[in-house]
Amino acid sequence: MNDMTPTREQRTAALEGMGCKRKRVEDIRFTQGKGNYVDDVKLPGMLHGDFVRSPHPHARVKKIDDSEALKVPGVLAVITAETLKTVNLAWMPTLAGDVQMVLADGKVLFQNQEVAFVVATDRYAADDGINKVVVEYEPLPPLIDPFKSMDADAPVLREDLAGKTSGAHGPRKHHNHIFEWTVGDKELTDAAFKKAEVTIKEMISYHRTHPSPLETCQCVCSFDKIKGELTIYGTFQAPHVIRTVVSLIAKLPEQKIHVIAPDIGGGFGNKVGAYPGYICAAVASIVTGKPVKWVEDRIENLTATSFARDYHMTTEIAATKDGKVTGLRVHVLADHGAFDACADPSKWPAGFFNIVTGSYDFPTAHLAVDGVYTNKAPGGVAYRCSFRVTEAAYCIERAMDILAQKLNMDPAELRLKNFIKSEQFPYHSALGWEYDSGDYHTAMRKMMETTGYAALRKEQAEKRAAFARGETREIMGLGVSFFTEIVGAGPSKNCDILGIAMFDSCEIRMHPTGAGIARMGTKSQGQGHETTWAQIIATEIGIPADNIQVEEGNTDTAPYGLGTYGSRSTPVAGAAIAMAARKIKAKAQMIAAYKLEVHEDDLEWDIDGFRVKGLPEKFMSMKDICWAAYNSVPPGMEPGLEAVSYYDPPNMTYPFGAYLCVMDIDVDTGVYKVRRFYALDDCGTRINPMIIEGQVHGGLTEAFAIAMGQEIRYDETGNVVTGSFMDFFMPTAVETPHWETDFTVTPSPHHPIGAKGVGESPNVGGVPAFSNAVNDAFSFLGSTHIQMPHDYWRNWKAAKELGAVA
Amino acid sequence: MAKTHVTMKVNGAEVEGLVEPRTLLVHFIRENLQMTGTHIGCETTHCGACTVDIDGMSVKSCTMFAVQANGSDITTIEGMANADGTLSALQEGFRMMHGLQCGFCTPGMIMRAHRLLKENPSPSEQEIRMGISGNICRCTGYQNIVKAIQYAAAKINGVEFREAAE
Repeated sequence: MNDMTPTREQRTAALEGMGCKRKRVEDIRFTQGKGNYVDDVKLPGMLHGDFVRSPHPHARVKKIDDSEALKVPGVLAVITAETLKTVNLAWMPTLAGDVQMVLADGKVLFQNQEVAFVVATDRYAADDGINKVVVEYEPLPPLIDPFKSMDADAPVLREDLAGKTSGAHGPRKHHNHIFEWTVGDKELTDAAFKKAEVTIKEMISYHRTHPSPLETCQCVCSFDKIKGELTIYGTFQAPHVIRTVVSLIAKLPEQKIHVIAPDIGGGFGNKVGAYPGYICAAVASIVTGKPVKWVEDRIENLTATSFARDYHMTTEIAATKDGKVTGLRVHVLADHGAFDACADPSKWPAGFFNIVTGSYDFPTAHLAVDGVYTNKAPGGVAYRCSFRVTEAAYCIERAMDILAQKLNMDPAELRLKNFIKSEQFPYHSALGWEYDSGDYHTAMRKMMETTGYAALRKEQAEKRAAFARGETREIMGLGVSFFTEIVGAGPSKNCDILGIAMFDSCEIRMHPTGAGIARMGTKSQGQGHETTWAQIIATEIGIPADNIQVEEGNTDTAPYGLGTYGSRSTPVAGAAIAMAARKIKAKAQMIAAYKLEVHEDDLEWDIDGFRVKGLPEKFMSMKDICWAAYNSVPPGMEPGLEAVSYYDPPNMTYPFGAYLCVMDIDVDTGVYKVRRFYALDDCGTRINPMIIEGQVHGGLTEAFAIAMGQEIRYDETGNVVTGSFMDFFMPTAVETPHWETDFTVTPSPHHPIGAKGVGESPNVGGVPAFSNAVNDAFSFLGSTHIQMPHDYWRNWKAAKELGAVA
Repeated sequence: MAKTHVTMKVNGAEVEGLVEPRTLLVHFIRENLQMTGTHIGCETTHCGACTVDIDGMSVKSCTMFAVQANGSDITTIEGMANADGTLSALQEGFRMMHGLQCGFCTPGMIMRAHRLLKENPSPSEQEIRMGISGNICRCTGYQNIVKAIQYAAAKINGVEFREAAE
């Protein structure tokens, strides 16, 4: 070997494979304004559609008069429920097994509900048209408080369900009841509570909020009458699902539907479901014969497309007096708004909320969830979390702190005492999950050591004493959160969407020169798939990541997949990528054996090619194998080098983490300051540490927003009072704390590369850390639980109610 | 609706067009000029995705009429790369420091950072945070955007960039 021969380290580095902080491929176009988002799509003759929306939360629609609107220059059509009925599309199915009005059919059920769709030559003319549509309403009493939804005299919201005593998820108890979902052993759990030495009970609410990506939901629909083909450009987190749903409800052959999700400006769960705008734009294109664009504005986004959370969780823990948990009992009242448009796998009406036993070894647990209708926007979606997992994590993490307070134990100590031990994995939880792996004690202790937890507790005690002496008006809180997520939906035995199993896919096609293209069923919305997916392939087959083009979002070219949400891309598609790459490698090995004139078993893999065992100079690089695959394959072998994998995971993955928030609150103003925030995440094998850290920063910022102020709030008459970025808390660089990130690595035993998913962990773990910090700060004044969001005003109010402020 | 003739300089080139008095500048840029790098995130002046540089000031183009920009000198994200087509210091900083994820806020964020560094060539972290507080990012949590701007400031000032320890 001469000096020019690259070392093994150089060869590995040249691949920019897994574990490398590879700079993002996407950024070249995004930093130059050359992304291609849906609103950038302009087709010849394209029209614009926009909605007439209801000012009332609950009203009968007596009459819609579009005659003046149709006189407005540029207005071409006004579509109403009556128009949609001619094509049987006035209602559409939701992912949760309910139906939803596309346009108001006889009545409206939430403020800003879609009533009519005005189609015009441009967006200004469409707006003019909206102003001229006259709708006559007869207001009805609104139902806003979910706790009153099942009162005997509660107004009937869903007249379409009259007489239906059961829905998609079993019996309905009341005209505003959607489903009851129960899991766990009630008898055993009740018995545990009967003999418990200590119990706690608290109603813990997780308020309604909204994912609110910076790009709103939008689409362009173009129907070609001659070919009978419908092309839809849209902000879709799951393009293939959209294609299938459109085919089923519009009765169009699936091969005639082309769904393209171009660059997406953030999703966070908002862009999973199907919205009336998509249906109306498609129908408008069919009616007018022209492409039709629909783009939500921000107010529409916040008030009409899917919200998240709105879970009211009555939580009880039974324990021994020395702090060993013996039972968990949770009842959830789930406010779904006017239609159950929850975006969960179809058999899971409350998502994976039964992960609510968290990281703790509960011998028994029982969970019941009641879903109800109210006069609010329909939903809810998983806002940067796996399905209802952030609600579950908040519920158990808040409850553990409440138990610690009752036992007069340190919350970290209580957690350490009750963690599932590393030797207990795979662990079967009392509510039915098989946790694949974990090492909770190590993560927790690392957090405590790195942050100087014991010293912080000491400082807190001193500050409390100083507060009692009247020397300071500032109180200090330590928010401990230890979360276990369940992501990677999912195994087909558990998970489907409208009957479609939740696998995912990858197709890799290598070119003769040692480059290739890879396509997946997932769709990045900022996660950086074009960068990281190529890294997996680079490590697996020894071709530099730069030589692998990654393409997603075109249903004509990408293999069928269920899309990107619920942190499922890496656990499911990431596995498919590794498996497809291994198929490529297996064929490459046969080609190399032929070319090197040895038996396949005499070859060993060496970074970027195959080497003959014991003869280091006899080597064939993957690049050369690619060339050989197209011109000199062994006799009888088909030429070419491509593979496809559809991966149905054997289990979910269970990322976890230990977070600490240190917060100071001024009781006289309620103003808080996040002094420190430490986040340790264990997402198994780390594909790109730079991207992981970026995801953690972003998720923590969303968690901070939600815990400290971000809320979709309705007044008692059903008006949304947080309908713009003026009122809906969006932290800027000024409010956002500094983030410290850390990690441990506990690979998933069943995942081909051991990866677990991370994008949503910080939102799941972050919210309880902030809320526990606030609650911990106030606890010595006598409170057990203060509801989120913890904005300045509510903090001040809490201080006042606790007697800390005159 | 009667239309008004407007002319302005955009990224160094003279442009003109016919607009309604109510046409927003952002729509003129995106629809008439077909420059779609400038984004619309809120239409209420909160998010800053539509930020462009007008006569030496950062302006949210969703809250200005095209007619108000008549005769002005505008720079958009499309005018930010170096003359030879390579990424400018700010664009490079955003990439090197992972200052973007979905990319939707990025053009507005870079345009604001561009003006900030003209106003204050060596800003502190707090000055950067305050300086970009009119621009919302939903993905990054801002920490890496701050670093991206520090990276660009160092490069423009010809000094070595040192990443602050976490």
